[in-house]
Amino acid sequence: MTQVIEAPDIHQAIKQTVGSPFTHKPKISTRNVDVFYDDKQAIFDVSLDIGSHEVIALIGPSGCGKSTYLRCFNRMNDTIQSCRVTGEFRLEEEDIYARGMDPVLLRARIGMVFQKPNPFPKSIYDNVAYGPKLHGLASNRAELDEIVVSSLQKAGLYEEVKDRLNASGTGLSGGQQQRLCIARTIAVSPEVILMDEPASALDPIATATIEELIDELRQNYTIVIVTHSMQQAARVSQRTAYFHLGKLVEVGDTNQIFTNPQHQLTENYITGRFG
Amino acid sequence: MNSTTLLVTLIGLAILAYLYGRKRSLAVAVASGGVRHLHSLPRYYGYMTALWCGLPAMIVLLLWSMLEPAVLNQQLIASLPVDVQNLPESQLGLYLNDLKLIAGSAEQAQQADQVKIDATVYLQHMQELSAWFKTALVLVLALAGIIWGASRISQHFQARNSVEMVTRIILMLSSGIAVMATIGIVLSVLFEALRFFEAVPVWDFLFGLEWSPQTAMRSDQVGSSGAFGAVPLFLGTMMIAAIAMLIAVPLGLMTAIYLSQFATPQFRNFAKPVLEILAGIPTVVYGFFAALTVAPLIRTMGESLGLAVASESALAAGIVIGVMIIPFISSLSDDVINAVPEAMREGSYALGATRAETVRKVIIPAALPGIVGGVLLAVSRAIGETMIVVMAAGLAAKMTANPLDAVTTVTVQIVTLLTGDQEFDSPKTLAAFALGLMLFVTTLILNVIALYVVRKYREQYE
Ligand SMILES: Nc1ncnc2c1ncn2[C@@H]1O[C@H](COP(=O)(O)OP(=O)(O)O)[C@@H](O)[C@H]1O
Ligand SMILES: [Mg+2]
Repeated sequence: MTQVIEAPDIHQAIKQTVGSPFTHKPKISTRNVDVFYDDKQAIFDVSLDIGSHEVIALIGPSGCGKSTYLRCFNRMNDTIQSCRVTGEFRLEEEDIYARGMDPVLLRARIGMVFQKPNPFPKSIYDNVAYGPKLHGLASNRAELDEIVVSSLQKAGLYEEVKDRLNASGTGLSGGQQQRLCIARTIAVSPEVILMDEPASALDPIATATIEELIDELRQNYTIVIVTHSMQQAARVSQRTAYFHLGKLVEVGDTNQIFTNPQHQLTENYITGRFG
Repeated sequence: MNSTTLLVTLIGLAILAYLYGRKRSLAVAVASGGVRHLHSLPRYYGYMTALWCGLPAMIVLLLWSMLEPAVLNQQLIASLPVDVQNLPESQLGLYLNDLKLIAGSAEQAQQADQVKIDATVYLQHMQELSAWFKTALVLVLALAGIIWGASRISQHFQARNSVEMVTRIILMLSSGIAVMATIGIVLSVLFEALRFFEAVPVWDFLFGLEWSPQTAMRSDQVGSSGAFGAVPLFLGTMMIAAIAMLIAVPLGLMTAIYLSQFATPQFRNFAKPVLEILAGIPTVVYGFFAALTVAPLIRTMGESLGLAVASESALAAGIVIGVMIIPFISSLSDDVINAVPEAMREGSYALGATRAETVRKVIIPAALPGIVGGVLLAVSRAIGETMIVVMAAGLAAKMTANPLDAVTTVTVQIVTLLTGDQEFDSPKTLAAFALGLMLFVTTLILNVIALYVVRKYREQYE
């Protein structure tokens, strides 16, 4: 019989990440990451590589620090005053937290999709054109049109909205709004897309559409997705990382994690003993 | 008992009635097997009994107190000798006043004649009688209410629903009073304004270019017949309001943006209270700031540039009103900016926008309708402002577009028309009501637009 490990023992139980956190030629590599909110530590010594053109799922019980860790990649945590990040983050060879790295430019290379769809209260067209306009990606209207249309197409939304590009983005259904947010992110041609529970606010059909989309996007982008749904992780990702209380417990091929977890905590979570 | 003691007694009785009603219902509950077998909670039976005790008695007390003086007066007049009764109305009033004085002091009574003393005695007798009846009636009603209320307590009586209904009616009446007051004010202004328009054609008032409301009091007096063209006043009002908004909108908006998006919490905690103090300064104080500091400053500056500046100027008043309105705009804008969901901001940052770009391209457009609403409300305040203008912009009704001239506004003219000894039916005083009506209509339109815009904004984040 497996025994549920109680909280005080857990830090003992997670001495080192089990599995294979490192890959050859990673897109992003992170080493010895600690994150604090004021004095409270939310992430403990996490080291993990994200491979090029892979979808990696971050799973774990809520409050275990998945969002916190994810938001370090594009330095979104900079906007939270109390948040302090230490450790090493590299996008290919560049140090993400280097003095010379402009977080604004970084975020154009590492895009992010949020849990709750958050289209701007602007037209569908303007939502998608927002990023390209900011970064001067189009030199004239025709180029901008081109970017908007192709982004909407890649996000699988174009057919549904092509007749009403000037209608407000907030008027779409939840699933359409989320795909609009994905289109908006794609429009600035990022290398990496971070997704924080992108389907948790959506119904099952919209969720399935988003999952298919993620699978297609893998061709062109590296994707880090946080999810609380293990089925979703199993369906869309190639690798899975299991977090527990701010620590990275186990990383491995998704198949292996779900069929043959090495760590007791991972197994407990997978088999539904907590979460 | 006088009305106050009676009222206190009534409240005491109502509390007793509450306790009694609750106790009765508890007894009923025990008999029928516990509180959950009652239709309502015991306290609702208490409320119901208290309402039966207090409400009818209170209404009677109120009506009695309202009608008593009139009825007593009539009785008193009827008791007076015929020659007194036939006095003209104003003298009769004086006579009755005398009687009340005599009733109130022994000193006065010694100098009074027999007729008056008799009348006074009669008045006092009637007052006592009235007080006695009032007390008796109210107390009987209150007690009867308790008995009636308590007798209705039973297992299936829907006390909660009755109490809710009474509460609803009371709430409805209260809001009715506010609405009636508004309607009353509007109608009184409207009727007085209509009387004015009998003397002065609407056309002359709305489009006349000259304002000089002096009219001859007597026919043999030398004096003008008065000119009531409101255009110079509205021009002055608009000019001052425009100057004020020119100051207040950019400063207020930028303050709000800085405080909500860029400032450190420490600075915000310091600046917000300071702004609120600015909003709490009485306008009179702003007025002498305008008259004694700003106006002379503008004058010296203007003169050093070789401009002729009146010692009172639209510019001085406008600037100070603008400063006064800054906190109004900044706090309203701050609210709507903060109402823009955090997710909007994060979405923009995540696409690689800077803070300033996010403010300019996402937050302001999202908050704009709310900001516009706030600005329109602020315009109505600027238009309605009186004190600062009286003190800093002068009284001269001039057709001018020069902000360095003295001008006057609608509200200031209303004040000057109605202060001092005035006949209340000359066109001069009635003109004040016409101006008031115009002002009311203007601000009403602004407010309606503002409310419409604000409501539209709310719908966006449903
Ligand atoms: N802005 C914040 N300020 C302080 N503590 C935070 C903040 N955001 C998250 N935390 C804390 O950090 C821990 C991890 O949270 P989070 O990363 O949101 O977890 P997850 O996304 O896995 O549910 C939690 O204990 C949470 O309370
Ligand atoms: Mg989260």
